[in-house]
Amino acid sequence: MFKSKALRTWCHKNLFNSKMNSFLSVVIVVILFKFLSYFYAWFVTNAVWIGDAAACREASGACVVFIKEKYNFILFGFYPRAEIYRPILCIVLLLSLVIYSSYEKNWKKCTLILWALLFLVSTILMGGGIFSLPIVESDQWGGLPLTLILSVVGIFVSYPLGIVLALGRRSKMPIIRIFSTCYIELIRGVPMISLLFMSSVMFPLFLPEGVVIDKIIRAQIAIIMFVCAYMAEVVRGGLQAIPRGQYEAAEALGLNYFQTMRLVILPQALKVVIPPTVNTVIGMFKDTSLVIIIALFDLMSTMKTALKDPEWLGFNVEGYIFIALIYFMFCFSMGKYSRTLEKKFNRKGTLT
Amino acid sequence: MNFLKSEKNREYLWQVLFTLSIIAFFTFILRNTQSALDKQGIASGFSFLSQEAGFEIGESIIDFFSDDTYQLALLSGFLNTVKVAFIGNILALALGFIVGVTSLSDNYLVAKLSKFYVESIRNIPLILQLFFWYSIFTEVFPSVRSALNPIGGVYLSNRGLYLVSFSDHWFFNILPLIGILSVVAFFFFKKRSIKSLERTGVARKIFLPTLLFFILVSFALWLVAGLPRELSWPTLAGFNFEGGVHLSPEFSSLLIGLVLYTSAFNAEIVRAGILSVDHGQWEAASSLGLNKNQTLSLIVIPQALRVAIPPLISQVLNLTKNSSLAVAIGYPDFVSVANTSLNITGQAVELVLLIMLVYLSISLSTSLVMNIYNRSVTLKER
Amino acid sequence: MNQVIEIKNLSKWFDDFQVLKDINLNVKKGEKIVICGPSGSGKSTLIRCVNRLEVHQEGSVRVNGIELTDNVEVIESTRKVVGMVFQHFNLFPHLTILENLTLAPMWAKKLNKNEALEIANKYLDIVQIADQAHKYPGQLSGGQKQRVAIARSLCLKPEIMLFDEPTSALDPEMVKEVLDVMTKLAEEGMTMICVTHEMGFAKQVADRMVFMDEGKIVEESSPEEFFNNPKSERTKKFLNQILH
Repeated sequence: MFKSKALRTWCHKNLFNSKMNSFLSVVIVVILFKFLSYFYAWFVTNAVWIGDAAACREASGACVVFIKEKYNFILFGFYPRAEIYRPILCIVLLLSLVIYSSYEKNWKKCTLILWALLFLVSTILMGGGIFSLPIVESDQWGGLPLTLILSVVGIFVSYPLGIVLALGRRSKMPIIRIFSTCYIELIRGVPMISLLFMSSVMFPLFLPEGVVIDKIIRAQIAIIMFVCAYMAEVVRGGLQAIPRGQYEAAEALGLNYFQTMRLVILPQALKVVIPPTVNTVIGMFKDTSLVIIIALFDLMSTMKTALKDPEWLGFNVEGYIFIALIYFMFCFSMGKYSRTLEKKFNRKGTLT
Repeated sequence: MNFLKSEKNREYLWQVLFTLSIIAFFTFILRNTQSALDKQGIASGFSFLSQEAGFEIGESIIDFFSDDTYQLALLSGFLNTVKVAFIGNILALALGFIVGVTSLSDNYLVAKLSKFYVESIRNIPLILQLFFWYSIFTEVFPSVRSALNPIGGVYLSNRGLYLVSFSDHWFFNILPLIGILSVVAFFFFKKRSIKSLERTGVARKIFLPTLLFFILVSFALWLVAGLPRELSWPTLAGFNFEGGVHLSPEFSSLLIGLVLYTSAFNAEIVRAGILSVDHGQWEAASSLGLNKNQTLSLIVIPQALRVAIPPLISQVLNLTKNSSLAVAIGYPDFVSVANTSLNITGQAVELVLLIMLVYLSISLSTSLVMNIYNRSVTLKER
Repeated sequence: MNQVIEIKNLSKWFDDFQVLKDINLNVKKGEKIVICGPSGSGKSTLIRCVNRLEVHQEGSVRVNGIELTDNVEVIESTRKVVGMVFQHFNLFPHLTILENLTLAPMWAKKLNKNEALEIANKYLDIVQIADQAHKYPGQLSGGQKQRVAIARSLCLKPEIMLFDEPTSALDPEMVKEVLDVMTKLAEEGMTMICVTHEMGFAKQVADRMVFMDEGKIVEESSPEEFFNNPKSERTKKFLNQILH
């Protein structure tokens, strides 16, 4: 039956090692086969890869033309078509810097400078106004760049805030400790969209008359307020993992509180919690999709708008699968990275 | 400035400065809010709650009409939140448990399939999944007249999910009550077992008597009730089904989305819990002659649960909080109703605070209850 | 008098439990004191009061004539003249040996990098670990770690050194290398307070022995008298247990 003996032993060991497992294996193979052939028919045989909306409506399979027609709008929203190279350049720069920063040997100060540069360059590129780049107002920013902006700015602000909150929660000073604890528990107890509602309907009331803050910035503040509480709990976990002797040795050497934290405790604590930190980042990346509820044009929202085009009604499944794949690629690679680091740290035992 | 050299004084000073800036911040916000509200002519306070709401609610556990008050509307929304969170959590825990255990199966296909499930579900935003399920209901499923009928008693259509149910007989209505009684009985048997363990060193069975209790009591009542057997089948009547249980497309897609999403996280927690059990436990159990399934159910899972319960609690809370995404697909949960009220009345501050308050109290009370339970199962160690 | 440490009527409680009961102890410049006693007798707590890792509730501790209060400047300047070596080394695992040594001179004493490196290299030579300078603590043996820890304290050029059971966490074969460094330090005239059970070291180095039990100083005498003619019953019992 089987060609090679190795394959046969492998199958026997991993698929048919008991009656129950043989039964399960057969059932799964049958279901998988049915599903895949259905999917193949939907995505290849009956799909419309070339044609128009009318052809799609007639076909029983996937409407790939819809994605071809709309991907520009889904990915970049209302950004002027002629200028679209600018957000693309920003995304390429961002991704390269993310990959550069993921290597342990690049975890040093000059990488931070590169990030600061990236912020500067991206703001100029996206907004324009100098170097003869036409101005693009922020309400025309949308799609993937907006999702990435909300996430990246969110991380860079909420991470230090989370550290401050975590230190506050472990402070000797009761008022600061109580405030930090209450803030963290309050935020963790409510859903993110309540904060987004707050940003859209309450923040404008908080400001003096005449002062208006951009909707994107308000949503960004809500995201930061939300994520920093979760970051704080992650960091606190790291602080708890540092033995008391480290604090004592630093104090005995005459270092003050800030020096002890900055030079001795935080470098160790933050490194221990890199995997959960990355997980928080993944969660936040997914959560930025909630800004659709307050009508911001992020990736999810441009998708929904594309689906409402009267000429292209009824291709929801295709659209959702398309952006699901985008989200999946980002989140999965971050998750993979976090697991690799975790394994590496576990193998080393101690951190160096 | 000798005053500032004392550590205690420095701490006092920091705290005073901090408190003052917090007070200043809130005064600033409150003043601006007050003047903005005055300008818009909105009276702050909760008196609007007793006014007539004037909108309909798609589905409600209690009777609600558009001339009822906001108070009742919000209560109805709250009950809808509780409903989806309660059912969703039970299903998500069960599914998560199954997937978590199967992801460690020695069957290659089963393990890979579980992992594939977890990875694909976890890495896609929940709101996208909700949109997806909702569009499956509204756009892919056929109209009621040609509803899909995958298994007997289950009908899928763009009007939602219709399920066969028990008929409206008093016996079926008190079944949940017997269920609750059985839970009480469970704790009674557990206490008895612990007592017996302390006295004689032999633990008495807990699950079997509970199960027997449930079966015997139900059976006795069933006899008393005159052997009711009729079920309520959904049957097509005009443009809709009659009979059975109806789940709206909004509720169904929210429930499916929440259950699948949370179960993937629960599965990872259960899996990590099982892996956290020391390998020596497996060896010890098999050296005592237990087979793999016995080892898993008697030795490993009880220990794994101890590790898994705290993160599972936070997933229970996450599902409850995430149920607020109902607003995106139009299921009238608490946030959704509050949002509608907000758009009509403009009472933004009150309603957003109310939303936060409700979820905060759910979170705090759940974690309180779960912590008490957690303390009762933690390993007794010296 | 040349008292560098004056402890008067010192008492300390952890919650309800009194760990130190009315301790009086003076240490002259250049004096070597060995404190011993059963576990839980308060010896570690006592020396940790000297650099205020522990805060006492009653009595006073003076270092170089300056009383330790919660005055931050006094505490920080005291810690720069009082070095401490811990039982579990407490090296900073994320820094190399050299960085461990230069950290305090650079940040607490505000020396520039070259000055700090010069001092660090000098003390690495003294404790004979110069060849390990660029390794991380996790790559060293216990004895090497403790020698680095001693060097790290010495880099601040302290006038007093406190040793809190420096050899208790070491494998037996590594005890000697650490004691050798400590003996050398003693010969150079450093003021030292050592909590240790190494009685050989005590006999060789100590100017004075202090025996503590249940938070009190039970006996204080010269090593000859302490080992040959202990006065209190508890000391005799303790010495019996530890020497046989």
